[in-house]
Amino acid sequence: MSEEIKTIKVTIDNITIDVAPGTSILQAARMIGGDVTPPAMCYYSKLEGSGGKCRTCLVEVAAGSTADPRPMPKLVASCRTGVMDGMIVKNMTSEKVPEARAGVVEFLLLNHPLDCPICDQAGECHLQDLGYDHGKEGTRYQFARRTFKKEDIGPYIQLHMTRCILCYRCTYVADQITNKRAHGIIDRGDHAAISTYISKAIDNDFSGNMIDVCPVGALTDKTFRFKNRVWFTKPMDAHRDCQTPGCCGKATLWLRGDEVFRVTARKDEWGEVQSFDGKPGWICNTCRFETKQTSSWTIEGLTTISRHSVIGANKYQTLEMPKETVKKVMRGVEPKLLMDIHSVSGVNNPDIHLSEINGPAHSSDFKK
Amino acid sequence: MQALTNKAKQVDRAPMSFIEKMYLPAIIKGMSITFSHIFKKKPTINYPEKTRPFSPVFRGMQILNRDAEGRENCTACGLCAVACPAEAITMEAAERQHGEENLYREEKYAAKYEINMLRCIFCGLCEEACPKDAIYLSETFTPADYQRKQFIYSKNDLLIPHPQENPEAYKKALGNRANKITVN
Repeated sequence: MSEEIKTIKVTIDNITIDVAPGTSILQAARMIGGDVTPPAMCYYSKLEGSGGKCRTCLVEVAAGSTADPRPMPKLVASCRTGVMDGMIVKNMTSEKVPEARAGVVEFLLLNHPLDCPICDQAGECHLQDLGYDHGKEGTRYQFARRTFKKEDIGPYIQLHMTRCILCYRCTYVADQITNKRAHGIIDRGDHAAISTYISKAIDNDFSGNMIDVCPVGALTDKTFRFKNRVWFTKPMDAHRDCQTPGCCGKATLWLRGDEVFRVTARKDEWGEVQSFDGKPGWICNTCRFETKQTSSWTIEGLTTISRHSVIGANKYQTLEMPKETVKKVMRGVEPKLLMDIHSVSGVNNPDIHLSEINGPAHSSDFKK
Repeated sequence: MQALTNKAKQVDRAPMSFIEKMYLPAIIKGMSITFSHIFKKKPTINYPEKTRPFSPVFRGMQILNRDAEGRENCTACGLCAVACPAEAITMEAAERQHGEENLYREEKYAAKYEINMLRCIFCGLCEEACPKDAIYLSETFTPADYQRKQFIYSKNDLLIPHPQENPEAYKKALGNRANKITVN
């Protein structure tokens, strides 16, 4: 009988691994992990049909299979190419791949506004990482970048079409996770744009997951908009008993002091939503946008952040606070506080709770 | 132990001679050095009437820059704060509303921006980190004060004067580095 599980051998950057038939090169590379893995901007393993659009995962296939060891004539998109027995793939060891990828990055950044100082995604942006890791220093593009009319797509999600790289992930989220898709990509070529068409608000319970899958800052959390930079907030794993069917209730809280500034799904090492018991851990809009009190969550501890990430800056897992010694030495006399910073400083005012403001803060919020 | 240089001198513990015991020759020798300085060039200057020439790389008090139309350059991106080794810089951002376009250059701006001058070490990393040419270290000293609370500098203390409303003060605040700044 055909009960036995057939595995096929594939060699990526001189590392051989046995995988099940039907696995894509990218997935096989992710099983090996590390530098072998090509970057992916549009492919999302938890979304069916994603991939094949951004071309950042291009690899060189040096030998097609044992049966037909001829190399593939062109670089192939690893997210959409299945492995064959005896296939030899070159990613970082290839001479062509880094050059081709730099070209792809240049194309992705052609129309990108490069407004990272304003963008809320900065610090956790895949396009930023890609640009730094695989891109070139300058652009040769000299024309005006495309712009779009600003569109309001509801109270929770902020759309910045100029930053979009048309990866289609958000449309797959709407198709596969929410029961109704209210937005899509309209027009073609240079004019192609994410739109809700006649500005229909996206108000599905799981629409917030589009923010998590967006690799750039095109879709960002409006309730977090401009509140703080990502690297100044402290990510904490937390869970709550969520009643919404389909919501896993496990999230990452982004704290500033004791205030919850933002709630996101938990991310794995590839920047995708983590899976729990084989199911992707999507979270509902109630958890994401409306549960911003630490009391509603059971906090598990600090999220593990890659030490190369700016988000890990100034955060200490085992911080031992120095003990106050003055009182002990001075036989019970309290130390004299020379200055209470809140009496002078306007920043981090204990009377202004930014997390309670829906949407970005305005000048009127600070006049109190 | 072997000496690193040949400048080491052995301490002479021999008893003093008669001339040394008189002390006067040594005192005269010392006083002659002291009085000779009266006729030398004075190294002190009458600050603040006179100031020393600044080094071209002198790093003084921070200034928040404006563009030619007087709009604030800062977008509260937080790069200065994350670069600051003394953690002296804090800020809070806000969204620009309609009617505020003449105040702030981009849609996000720093509603609050503070530098704790008690912490600042004038390293200039904030200036290096800034992608918007918004903060730079000027050629002025941070003024001394009697109270600690005076050293928490808010936007009022840091912002450069408006280039159109107060062009003279703006030019003065820019200092001799004006060319470098306006070129962008």
